[in-house]
Amino acid sequence: MNSSADTAAVPGQARRLVLEATDLRRTFTSGSRLHPTRVSAVDGVSLQLHAGEVLGIVGESGCGKSTLARMLVGLEKPDGGSLAYHGTDVTRGRMSDRRLLRRGVQMIFQDPYTSLDPRMTVGDIIAEPMAATRSANAADRRARVAELLGLVGLAPDMVNRYPHQFSGGQRQRIGIARALALDPDVLVCDEAVSALDVSVQAQVINLLADLQARLGVAILFIAHDLSVVRHLADRVAVMYLGRIAEIGDTDTVYSSPAHPYTQALLSATPSHSRSDRGKLARRRILGGEPPSPVNPPAGCRFNPRCWMATDECRTLEPLLRTLGARDVSCHHAEDALAQAVMAG
Amino acid sequence: MNPLAAALTVRDLSVTFTGGGREVTAVRNIDLDVARGEFVALLGESGSGKSVTARAIMGLTDEYTRVDASVLSVSGTNILSLSEEQRRLMRGERMSLVLQDALSALNPVMTIGRQIGELFIVHRKATRKQARASAIELLALVGIPAPGSRVDDYPHQFSGGMRQRILIAMAIALEPEMLIADEPTTALDVTVQAQILDLLGGLRDQLGMGILLITHDLGVVMEVADRLAVMYAGRIVEQGDADTVLDLPAHPYTQALLRSVPEAAVKGERLLTIPGSPPNPATTPSGCSFNPRCHMAIDICSTARPPLVEVALGRASACHRSEEMLHELVS
Repeated sequence: MNSSADTAAVPGQARRLVLEATDLRRTFTSGSRLHPTRVSAVDGVSLQLHAGEVLGIVGESGCGKSTLARMLVGLEKPDGGSLAYHGTDVTRGRMSDRRLLRRGVQMIFQDPYTSLDPRMTVGDIIAEPMAATRSANAADRRARVAELLGLVGLAPDMVNRYPHQFSGGQRQRIGIARALALDPDVLVCDEAVSALDVSVQAQVINLLADLQARLGVAILFIAHDLSVVRHLADRVAVMYLGRIAEIGDTDTVYSSPAHPYTQALLSATPSHSRSDRGKLARRRILGGEPPSPVNPPAGCRFNPRCWMATDECRTLEPLLRTLGARDVSCHHAEDALAQAVMAG
Repeated sequence: MNPLAAALTVRDLSVTFTGGGREVTAVRNIDLDVARGEFVALLGESGSGKSVTARAIMGLTDEYTRVDASVLSVSGTNILSLSEEQRRLMRGERMSLVLQDALSALNPVMTIGRQIGELFIVHRKATRKQARASAIELLALVGIPAPGSRVDDYPHQFSGGMRQRILIAMAIALEPEMLIADEPTTALDVTVQAQILDLLGGLRDQLGMGILLITHDLGVVMEVADRLAVMYAGRIVEQGDADTVLDLPAHPYTQALLRSVPEAAVKGERLLTIPGSPPNPATTPSGCSFNPRCHMAIDICSTARPPLVEVALGRASACHRSEEMLHELVS
């Protein structure tokens, strides 16, 4: 790994803080009225996003990464905690604050087939954020739409076509153009490339990297595909059942994971190299039931499946603490790290 | 059991959809071989015809689908000469299919035990009691904890990975010679995916069946495939031993696919991309179907379709420039 070049690219503390989530919580109630069950989707997540940085979020289904994304763009109201955009708390209070968040933080959705209105033309779809915020007049909007289409690599004469006339990759480009319409500071991509074919996925990943470099927009990139996140992200956060297990510099987390869950997750990921064949057979096998956010366990939420769990883990919730170039929430992070180094 | 006996032989298989006034050929003249105890991966993007191939082999086609083949046989039995009823009896017994979406493939109003047991009642004339006992045994085999109590649960009470295991249990219930798995891990998390791949590999070793794994995931192919066939626009464009094909692809499409995965590139660098998107089966380009997207295309590629020919021992490629590719890389 070219770590020296990478550390230079990682935004230093001097970079402007754009979005700061503090102790965000969200619980859903489901089940019958008589026997309600509480689904704790996100439980005390704090993270910071600096200008121009790419933060990856990985985790398995049910870990709360989509709920987190929806809270960050204001589609979901948190039950607790706060979200600050450029230092202004936008979770409670005035409408103008929430408008600020909507302008500055935009989302790119997973499924390019359902996230575009089939009865609107591409031009109308891309202009809609401007229409909704009543910014710019019709002529300016048209010019901006043409500019945005060029930016995402589509021909400007496509404005009058409908979504069904485009392929999946092109539709995702339209979704990206729409998200960029208001010139946001933050793009939240929730599994933005996972519905695309491999050959098309690479095009969209390159496009996102280009836009990030050209426009300086910060990207929160949520994915279950660890190799895509490794490619794009400066920093990465690993989530498990609504909490952050480990967050830090991408290379550090991938090459020397300190949380047992991160280790297990990485070891179960198939490598894209034939020489690593058999890697999965040597993986860290997790026992127990797959995670469910319904009535999560006390203490560390990973403890029923963790091979290092002690009584401490079953009772006491581990807080995120700094260990080297990362923050990790595990009582035994030092031991886990040492074991991983010994195992090679 | 001879480990090299053929589990599946397909020659010249074409599938045409005849509905909607216009004929659309989704699969064109493909040949496939799977030996017993062999893990063969069929790699392709959406619309390449890989799932259609699976359904055609299984005989799960509707009235608007025409399947043509010169040979279609499962461990020596020619399926083409069988009646519809005989084919129905073969499914489950000698060949079976695992589908991608486990929730919609299972009957939501029947318990798991009844669904698995049905196979034994229909094919083996077992009693309900025997069928239930066999179902419990199978659930244990695919690694479902407490099978004795979970056998009476309904599909919605299981997680995604568990449901996929149940589908696999149903597919292997009668110990078929041939198992076709159509994207069995695509909807699953990586930790669960690893378990399912383990399970398939273990069953292959224990029962000696041939497995045709249909996937678009290169990582999965890297991990499990003994042999590999790459499909593009309804045709197999390259096939051969997985080690050699992945190490030194003889078709530009395979090569580009291998280079476009993020892990192949240095972080922060641009990924190699394939321009455009996969063609619609109704409007495949003339000549080589891949030529408009190919970085190596020459004049002949847009006029003459390259046949799938042997380029080295045990491997074939359909490209005018395969020889060049192999030599350029060797020298």
